[in-house]
Amino acid sequence: MTLASIKGVRIRAVSVCVPQRCKRNADDPYISEQERELLIRTTGVEERRIAATGLTTADLCEVAARELLLDQEVDPHSIDIIVLVTQSGDYTLPASAIILQDRLGLRQDVMAFDVGLGCSGYVYGLSIVAGLMQSMGLRRGLLLAGDVSSVSCSPTDKSAYPLFGDAGSATLLEHDEAAAEMHFSLFSDGAGYQAIMIPDGGARHNFSESSLAAISVAPGVTRNRTQLALDGMAVFSFATSRVPKSIIEILNQQGLAAINIDYFVMHQANKIMNEAVRKKSGFSPEQTPYSLARFGNTSSASIPLTLVSSLAEVLLGRAVTLLLSGFGVGLSWGNALVQVGGLRCLPLIEVDDDGRKV
Amino acid sequence: MDINQFIEKLEIEFEEVESGSMTPDTVFVEMKEWCSLYALIVMALVSTEFDIDLSGDDLLNISTVSDLFELIQRRKTS
Repeated sequence: MTLASIKGVRIRAVSVCVPQRCKRNADDPYISEQERELLIRTTGVEERRIAATGLTTADLCEVAARELLLDQEVDPHSIDIIVLVTQSGDYTLPASAIILQDRLGLRQDVMAFDVGLGCSGYVYGLSIVAGLMQSMGLRRGLLLAGDVSSVSCSPTDKSAYPLFGDAGSATLLEHDEAAAEMHFSLFSDGAGYQAIMIPDGGARHNFSESSLAAISVAPGVTRNRTQLALDGMAVFSFATSRVPKSIIEILNQQGLAAINIDYFVMHQANKIMNEAVRKKSGFSPEQTPYSLARFGNTSSASIPLTLVSSLAEVLLGRAVTLLLSGFGVGLSWGNALVQVGGLRCLPLIEVDDDGRKV
Repeated sequence: MDINQFIEKLEIEFEEVESGSMTPDTVFVEMKEWCSLYALIVMALVSTEFDIDLSGDDLLNISTVSDLFELIQRRKTS
């Protein structure tokens, strides 16, 4: 296990931007009425936000970051590092974080790059930005994280499409000698790479005409090779067997138990899997906020979205201890044990189809 | 937990299934309510009740409720 502790960096503020456009699973035309009910009960996803064609993760993150800097009265020129965690960048190349350097008016001597992670990405991203800030003596960093997963899910694939929503987040990190130490444990298991994947369009399987051929995998599950394939049972088995163990381990290492944690904020995958992880990790329902019902699985934006939509008031007040846990595509998983006090979460930002704030 | 208590738990989790309609000989995939989400419900129940993590292959290799119950007993003791 990689267990890292980072000193002198504080999480100052968080914002999330989602498309205004909403899709309700109760209205999904590709799923029978009876099945819809079971799907919503089991996955916990009632509705989710869907980006209009051409509205990207970078667009959502840009609005989230702009509003965050404005709210915190932070000069864009004071940002030393910007990292975008996404699997839906604007282009195959260049990295979208670099384009955002210009769009957000950051200095040219800013460090900017993308990180290709999904469900585990927020925890990884925090460790990357905070770690680089500590080791390189940087003062301010922006972590952007999110995905427009709707772009890559087949509407006729009931095993994936009804689960995912689109969102982009921004987190402001700042040098602060007095900040409580952050602790991270990070994991990878590449043997499970096929559990969640888009097979075609990368260098392994170049995009070709056959990439677009519709493949009927099972009743109600039709997709092509440019679209997300999700092996629900493999992911479930992975998450419930590995994640709780890793959580108990990081808590033990710090001499803590689940009861000492104020809030357990998980990646929002689906209700049945998250509840199994929660129970096996020893957290109560009261400790465990959710944003699944209204936003679905928003990939690396799911943890900040849960903070913003469920804990904004609490986090602004007294110091609280959070256990953040991300798990999924890779397979990749990680936990962050952080103490935050007076953490500002901006009210949820919504944009119209043109990416304008509403 | 004996097999009858296990069946009761399954019937509670399978909300659409009438209480008392399942037996040790019930074949999961022949249940009229069966679908892929039910497989996840079974995995979640076994994971949280017995701390045993079944794989997709485990589920493909069993057919009846008693097969599943026996698999759980074997994993518990191994």
